[in-house]
Amino acid sequence: MDKIQADRGRRRLLIGVTSAIGGVGVGALATPFVLSMLPSARAKAAGAPVEADISKVEPGMMITQEWRGQPVWIINRTPAMMAQLAKNTHLLSDPDSHKSEQPEPCKNVARAMPGHDNILVVVGICTHLGCSPTEKLKAGNEGGMGSDWPGGFLCPCHGSKYDLSARVFKDMPAPLNMRIPPYTYLDDQRLLIGTNKKGG
Amino acid sequence: MVSQVMGWIDERFPLTKVWREHLAEYYAPKNFNFWYYFGSLALLVLVMQIVTGIFLTMNYKPDARFAFASVEYIMRDVNFGWLIRYMHSTGASMFFVVVYLHMMRGILYGSYRKPRELLWIIGMAIYLCLMGEAFFGYLLPWGQMSYWGAQVIVSLVDAISPEVALWIRGDYVISDATLNRFFAFHVIALPLVLLVLVFLHIVALHQVGSNNPDGIEIKNHKDPVSHIPLDGIPFHPYYTVKDIVGVSGYFIAYFGIIFFLPEMGGYFLEENNFIPADPLKTPPHIAPLWYFTPFYAILRAIPQKQLGIAAMGLAVLIFFLLPWLDRGVVKSVRYRGTLYKSALTAFVLSFLVLGYLGTQEPTIWYVNPIARVCAGIYFGFFLLMPIYSRLDKTKPVPERVTS
Repeated sequence: MDKIQADRGRRRLLIGVTSAIGGVGVGALATPFVLSMLPSARAKAAGAPVEADISKVEPGMMITQEWRGQPVWIINRTPAMMAQLAKNTHLLSDPDSHKSEQPEPCKNVARAMPGHDNILVVVGICTHLGCSPTEKLKAGNEGGMGSDWPGGFLCPCHGSKYDLSARVFKDMPAPLNMRIPPYTYLDDQRLLIGTNKKGG
Repeated sequence: MVSQVMGWIDERFPLTKVWREHLAEYYAPKNFNFWYYFGSLALLVLVMQIVTGIFLTMNYKPDARFAFASVEYIMRDVNFGWLIRYMHSTGASMFFVVVYLHMMRGILYGSYRKPRELLWIIGMAIYLCLMGEAFFGYLLPWGQMSYWGAQVIVSLVDAISPEVALWIRGDYVISDATLNRFFAFHVIALPLVLLVLVFLHIVALHQVGSNNPDGIEIKNHKDPVSHIPLDGIPFHPYYTVKDIVGVSGYFIAYFGIIFFLPEMGGYFLEENNFIPADPLKTPPHIAPLWYFTPFYAILRAIPQKQLGIAAMGLAVLIFFLLPWLDRGVVKSVRYRGTLYKSALTAFVLSFLVLGYLGTQEPTIWYVNPIARVCAGIYFGFFLLMPIYSRLDKTKPVPERVTS
């Protein structure tokens, strides 16, 4: 009888140890499979900074540059557009971009680099669910946005609205202003998107 | 000769035993009606999706550079490629039609109630798996809706954990890496899980036996000598033959759609998906396929990102709790009172209206306000069920099934 009791304890211990060691083995074996699904070395390398030429972007115009597979918009805002920005404050959810993402020098009403206030560089991805908003740059009812529209962007997926500094309106599905990527001016006409240092 | 072969097999594999226990001597209630077609139809659709899917993979290329063109190649150049592709795309929508009706049957007749809770839970797991299968499959044609649909759904994960979203995509955006792995999930990983779950669903069903439109147990009245339920009939040949009628009706509808309305006016195949994926430009109006729109409408109706995602997730997962939310003394809607019947009607209407609203543009002024009301009814149906199902004035339940 004693012998059987002793065997039971031992058996439980052996089952426990075997299961634990086996579990560690399964975990170790699963690791390479789980990690294989992370971005590969090639995908990581593709995230290099890209250069954009803004010499042909007239006031009121917008161009799209691809960076890391995402659209980056570059908009040359007219003086009228710039004047409107300060008047939008009461419409916006985060007018001073406290919660939103941008390089430190761009944390201003224009969300642009000092000295190039009129040039907006922004990742054209809605902060709600990642759609790319449609440009409705002209103020007023021309784009079907109503006569009080100050000019900006409308996300077609869930209706979030942004102003011409890509700042989100109040009570929209999107929580934050659109992201300003790190970028730097190589000279007055050329931008490097993806880094805040000249020469990458 | 035949009996000798059968004897040889039966000594080595329980073929006759399985045949008897699950078909020839599996006794199902004799009062099954129209609603009972959809279980066997779901199995048929699963088999057809697997077969058509195998033939599609023979010509499809899971590569962002070639995927869109390979689908057009199937449609134009492969012999009968158009038919196989339309059978698969129409089959996907019909799968959800059949499964929604199958779930409706369970709700109508209380088929999720004790002792069938686990059967219901396995069924819900199948439904979740099917949603995953539909989602992964929809990226494969690599059209605009494929791309931006996947972008929106993965962004839902991104809102909760950016690391997990990165791991799912395998890149910083939806890309070739994402397409390739979604192909792997769609053609091998999830189908295997689905097959296992369907097997478990049938094992669980045959353990507890089928419910019926009266919501009473036929096992309570057995023949004293043979122990066969008095209101039961063998599944084969009675229900196999009945199901053939269901299959015929289903095929008329299914092939009618394939030959005359394969895109179903944009509801089965969306117009924007005939444009190749463009990561820099979202189409002006994006909506998921119709079978996801009720949940999508709930997501949009809530003007706060995390709450919207939570509500959408809850709207799907709350079905799991149904067996424990329902405190009614009867199972079948036939013997329930006005209170429950009104709640169920309101729920079905809210589900349909949400489904419609989810296809409409969110900027139309009435879309989100109505969606909010419907979402309230939707959740009210479940969350208030413990109260109204108990207060409900039920009718007396018969001892034996009615014809």
